[in-house]
Amino acid sequence: MKRPLRVKVNGTEYDRSVDVRSTLADFLREDLDLTGTHVGCEHGVCGACTVLLDGEPIRACLMLAVQANEREVGTIEGVAPSEEELHPLQEAFWAKHGLQCGYCTPGIIMSACAFLKEHPAPTDGEIREMLAGHLCRCTGYHFIVEAIAEAARALSGSGPA
Amino acid sequence: MKPPPFEYVVASSAADVVEALRRYGDEAKVLAGGQSLIPMLALRLVRPSALVDINGCSDLDGLAESGGTLTVGALVRQRALEKWAAAHSPLFVEALGWVAHAPIRNRGTVVGSLVHADPASELPALLLCLDGAIVARRKGGERVIPADKLYLAPLTTSLESDEVATAARFTLPPEGAGWGFAEVARRHGDFALVGCAAALALDGAGAVSHARLGFFGVGGTPVRGAPGEATLMGQPPTAARVAEAAKAAAAALSPDGDIHASAGYRKLVAATLAERVLTAALSRCRRTE
Repeated sequence: MKRPLRVKVNGTEYDRSVDVRSTLADFLREDLDLTGTHVGCEHGVCGACTVLLDGEPIRACLMLAVQANEREVGTIEGVAPSEEELHPLQEAFWAKHGLQCGYCTPGIIMSACAFLKEHPAPTDGEIREMLAGHLCRCTGYHFIVEAIAEAARALSGSGPA
Repeated sequence: MKPPPFEYVVASSAADVVEALRRYGDEAKVLAGGQSLIPMLALRLVRPSALVDINGCSDLDGLAESGGTLTVGALVRQRALEKWAAAHSPLFVEALGWVAHAPIRNRGTVVGSLVHADPASELPALLLCLDGAIVARRKGGERVIPADKLYLAPLTTSLESDEVATAARFTLPPEGAGWGFAEVARRHGDFALVGCAAALALDGAGAVSHARLGFFGVGGTPVRGAPGEATLMGQPPTAARVAEAAKAAAAALSPDGDIHASAGYRKLVAATLAERVLTAALSRCRRTE
């Protein structure tokens, strides 16, 4: 059973026909080739597939693609301002070694984008609470916390500590 | 493709939903936020022949407080209630902070969580603790199901297969009431091992005039701590009486043990949390004449 879907992803409008059983995560990866959105547990626990829906973080594996009709989706591919530049969060993850294998990273960056808008000067406790929604099996989280704190400083203009 | 095949029915009003439920009966599942239903589909724990998507039903949206009753429409996201609560109800802020994580709360609905009836989840216990109810609609009629008649067993409510929960009603604690909320989970956002909520109010003489205590994670349904409430009502809430109330409430529980915690441990934690939330509620009370 297919249905038409019109959705804006990272500013580009797409008109597609999609199986109603497709999750938004599968649609992004398989229909639009936006494979930066990673799929881990596929039942909402790991956070790897987190994307922005109208600016708010959601699990792309817990939403049917057809439900994104007439909505705006943001993925990791749309985070950097240009081909040459990284987003301050990406910059900070790089500088602070906030990733190892990188599988969980896109989801964390998408959550962190929204989180830093609501918490421009987060405490480590707040960052860790946000990270509780994301599983990372490599880093031990410590450098992720540092990277997000660093990005918060960069984004609020107070510069690196 | 993870979910089993289903027919996808888009409803644009509550009337559409009841019509679809009349047609499909228990073969249909209502899809609101989907934060529990879609995982269950992905794991093929449920195989409904139709999903009735209510996300386009604007008549099921809406959050309003009137005369001490908070009415939450079936489409209100947990995050929307959290934002409302930031200015109105610290109890709801605290409780919702424990509900999974922000990306889940952005999609998950309050009513969806209430009728999903997971015994370890926060909102059903809050509905029970706050003398709440669910408004259920079917073809040709509507009824109000009080929380103490709603929860039958894990993931099982008294809603009929042709009924949709259109709204939830919470009775907010009286003016001057204090509140407490506590939970023990392995990590923030995990399912609760044990959780507890309380609301207390005092009369002009300093005696307890309103006492509500609710537990979750301690059995097949959320549980009201009635023996604890009875111990406190009409009495001056000394520390000894609060401890006695917590002990009485926990003694009446019969939790299950599982891989995460034994029944005995859950009971001990329930007594400790009950004392903590009652003490916290008391410290937040303002005396009213």
